[in-house]
Amino acid sequence: MAAFLGLPLVIFVVFVVWPVLQALYYSMTDWSGFTPNMNFTGLDNYRKLAHDDIFLHAVRNNIELAIVVPLVTIVAALAIAVVVTVGGPSSGTIRGIRGAGAYRVVSFFPYAVPAIVIGLIWAQVYDPAAGLLNGVLTGLGLDRFENFAWLGEVSTAMPASMFVIIWASVGFYTVLFVAAIKGVPAEIYESARLDGAGRFRTSWSITLPLIRDNVQTAYIYIGILALDAFVYMQAMNSGGGPNNSTLTMSQYLLTTAFKKGQFGYATAMGVTLALITLAFAALVFLVNYLTGGHERRVRR
Amino acid sequence: MSAAVTEHALPEQQGQRQRNRGTTHAGDTAVEVTSHVLLIVWSVIVIVPFLWVLLSSFKTTREILGSPFSLPAHWQLDNYVNAWTDAGIGRFFFNTVIVVGASLFLVMLLGAMCAYVLARFTFPGRRLIYNSMLAGLTFPIFLVIVPLFFVLKNIGLINTFPGLILTYVAFALPFTVFFLHAFFKALPEDVYEAAIIDGASEWRAFFSIMLPMAGPGMASVAIFNFLGLWNQFLLPVALNTNQDHYVLTQGMASFASQAGYSVDFGALFAAVVMTVLPVLVVYLIFQRRLSGSVARGTFR
Repeated sequence: MAAFLGLPLVIFVVFVVWPVLQALYYSMTDWSGFTPNMNFTGLDNYRKLAHDDIFLHAVRNNIELAIVVPLVTIVAALAIAVVVTVGGPSSGTIRGIRGAGAYRVVSFFPYAVPAIVIGLIWAQVYDPAAGLLNGVLTGLGLDRFENFAWLGEVSTAMPASMFVIIWASVGFYTVLFVAAIKGVPAEIYESARLDGAGRFRTSWSITLPLIRDNVQTAYIYIGILALDAFVYMQAMNSGGGPNNSTLTMSQYLLTTAFKKGQFGYATAMGVTLALITLAFAALVFLVNYLTGGHERRVRR
Repeated sequence: MSAAVTEHALPEQQGQRQRNRGTTHAGDTAVEVTSHVLLIVWSVIVIVPFLWVLLSSFKTTREILGSPFSLPAHWQLDNYVNAWTDAGIGRFFFNTVIVVGASLFLVMLLGAMCAYVLARFTFPGRRLIYNSMLAGLTFPIFLVIVPLFFVLKNIGLINTFPGLILTYVAFALPFTVFFLHAFFKALPEDVYEAAIIDGASEWRAFFSIMLPMAGPGMASVAIFNFLGLWNQFLLPVALNTNQDHYVLTQGMASFASQAGYSVDFGALFAAVVMTVLPVLVVYLIFQRRLSGSVARGTFR
């Protein structure tokens, strides 16, 4: 049994845990990465970060992403998952609506496409002159969208980028929720129906509480994705967008590390990003607990 | 007396049931129509960008810049040839198959063993290991990317496939363990006990009994891992800088930035199609397996 646990743990420790500990140390040095010498500078890097306007802007952008993207994605994915699994006719066996399989296949597909490719596709869709979106909008007679730069205007760059991340993520969480809902025994739904519960009532009072842990996990997962968002943003606005309106911590971190050679300072950003991520996860756990997640007694 | 009551009550109950059915049938139609409309709109939003990319991949750059909807004057494959020769999609594809294939096998094996032990045995440190895995799930790769580079450099695995594979395994491990943990916990205890009483060793009980029983869970996690690793971008960009070892996502990004200078949009669209097409084929095959395994999981 020791070997069962030992081998995975060694890999985990060498490639994840040990680099994390090193990162904590590097973040307190003025290391440039190109010389072996580094001076221990304590919390200087963190003090500098607190006054770095560009970094603070990036933090704000990431927090916006972490609020909007998970909320919209989870609600949409839950709605689709419920409809395709138990949204069918209210007589006969519990089943999804007709064509449920096809919808699930289509909506999951973007998840299979590499994020970098999705970013590249949407950068073309949003293209001011030759893009699909403006082509459709001007075709509908909305002439003010001719040459409108969706990713180049401060007001639309962030919402447009958020939409792409949501577009790419909904399918994955749909499949996750579909699997979770299918794990709920049909008898529970049947008895709810016999007791006269309607669709919405069943979804809210039966499905949601029973797959609550899956929703919590999904929320944390997509939140982490939104706090990173590197690949999508890099593909659509590698420079951080107009007035840094879509700049993320991850992008600023890489610029600081590899263009400016400030490895110690960049690592401090990495630690900050990790702390914000942990705070986000803790918040999700706390909300789940406070809204009654601890009272539940569920099989499984 | 009691028989009479029953006789009287029966028709009344039936009438009640009939009425209930009547109203819910009307509700059924309304809910079904609304669901279908929303799901069809979403499906169109998902599919159309891909179809547009496919159409554009046959157009010349001039045609692409001219109008987003025009059909190509000649349906030519020049873009594909250019993308194939300029971007070397074939070689990147082959590299990706090697790296992802090896990582996937390793992470499923090691992850299942680790999750199994954590889910079914009690020993000191169990919660610590599980919680540090959980924490590993939330650590952004950006936190460790710089130290990770030097860890790989020090053990001589930087810019090599084994180095990349081990890193992939390490970072896919927490996800794998976390999800399989739930599946192993849900397996009935008595089957395992029967196997042990029949004289099976722990190894045999795991590989012949418990692992096959967790099959549906393994299948889902394997598919998610496959896609996650296939689409991995940051790790290869930082740890695999030798152009001969590029994986597909890296190759696409570097080709897109090359195309940025020469503005060969046609070839860019063709490269996107060539990246998406194999994933689409694999995905459609997998999709059937996925729903199959999920269904089997429900009826177990």
